[in-house]
Amino acid sequence: MSEVLRAVEAPANQNIPQLRPGDTVRVFIRIKEGNNERTQEFRGTVIRMGNGGNNANFTVRRIASNGVGVERTFLLKSPRLEKVIVERHARVRRAQLYFLRGRTGKSSRLKTKFSV
Amino acid sequence: MIKGLLGKKVGMTQIFDESGSAIPVTLIEAGPCYVTQLRTPERDGYVAVQLGFEEVKPKRLTAGELGHVKRNNLPPLRYLREFREKEPGVEEGEKVTVDQVFGSGDLVDVSGVSKGKGFAGGVKRYHFQGGKKTHGQSDRWRAPGSRGSGTTPGRVFKGARGPGHMGNEKVTVQNLKVVLVDGERNLLGVRGAVPGPRGGLLMIKGARKQ
Repeated sequence: MSEVLRAVEAPANQNIPQLRPGDTVRVFIRIKEGNNERTQEFRGTVIRMGNGGNNANFTVRRIASNGVGVERTFLLKSPRLEKVIVERHARVRRAQLYFLRGRTGKSSRLKTKFSV
Repeated sequence: MIKGLLGKKVGMTQIFDESGSAIPVTLIEAGPCYVTQLRTPERDGYVAVQLGFEEVKPKRLTAGELGHVKRNNLPPLRYLREFREKEPGVEEGEKVTVDQVFGSGDLVDVSGVSKGKGFAGGVKRYHFQGGKKTHGQSDRWRAPGSRGSGTTPGRVFKGARGPGHMGNEKVTVQNLKVVLVDGERNLLGVRGAVPGPRGGLLMIKGARKQ
């Protein structure tokens, strides 16, 4: 990428630690409803990291009610992201954990990694 | 002040506005430009400002071009372009930078030379539908179909759309919003896409149809 393009990149959010695929995270997003602003939490597993300057993003997958899988992609540099908390790391052998989409229940568990 | 500038396309990215929405932005390295000549009604029959952009080594220019910039003691410039302007408000030899000309929120028209696509078929060039992909068709997927009627008129009308050379022509995009002006780095950011490849020359003017 060009130097000039990099120069207008937003600074990295200090409240977001280094994320990896397999991490169980809690993402706090600021949401505007009319004049009120509140924070919403989204808890799940990071299944993909995407690079690309201001477009850098990551996707979190969680199982909502009735066993329905929900995936949400967040822009890493977005000012709407308040903070991200990593609850645990997992031992995974690929960069994109799309195989989790086909799994439910016990088989969708990942092995916890205690040291990064 | 003149409402025009020459620039070079840097590329696209996205930036976040106050509400946190990501907006698509094309960055343009705009200026600094120099006023190389003023067209006057007495001498030229019309009013315009000739701007020069991008300093180069003297050996890149012909002797004639060098003499032209030397008249106003300007550095050698790669590009010279004219902007029709009723009231120029600038002097020959003057330096023009982005922050003098444009401000955040302005609407601009951006012209450039589009990327050449070579000899392109009707599907790509005019969005023809093409033929069926199934039902026993062969060799008809991207065919143009009929170009006109039959015995009457017995010929194809001039200007009928069909395959031919596409791109590499002047294209203007109107009413792009300026979202970023950086006088220090000579940077201009407009919302949306502009014609041409990265590094291509662009003419930026105040919007005609505001």
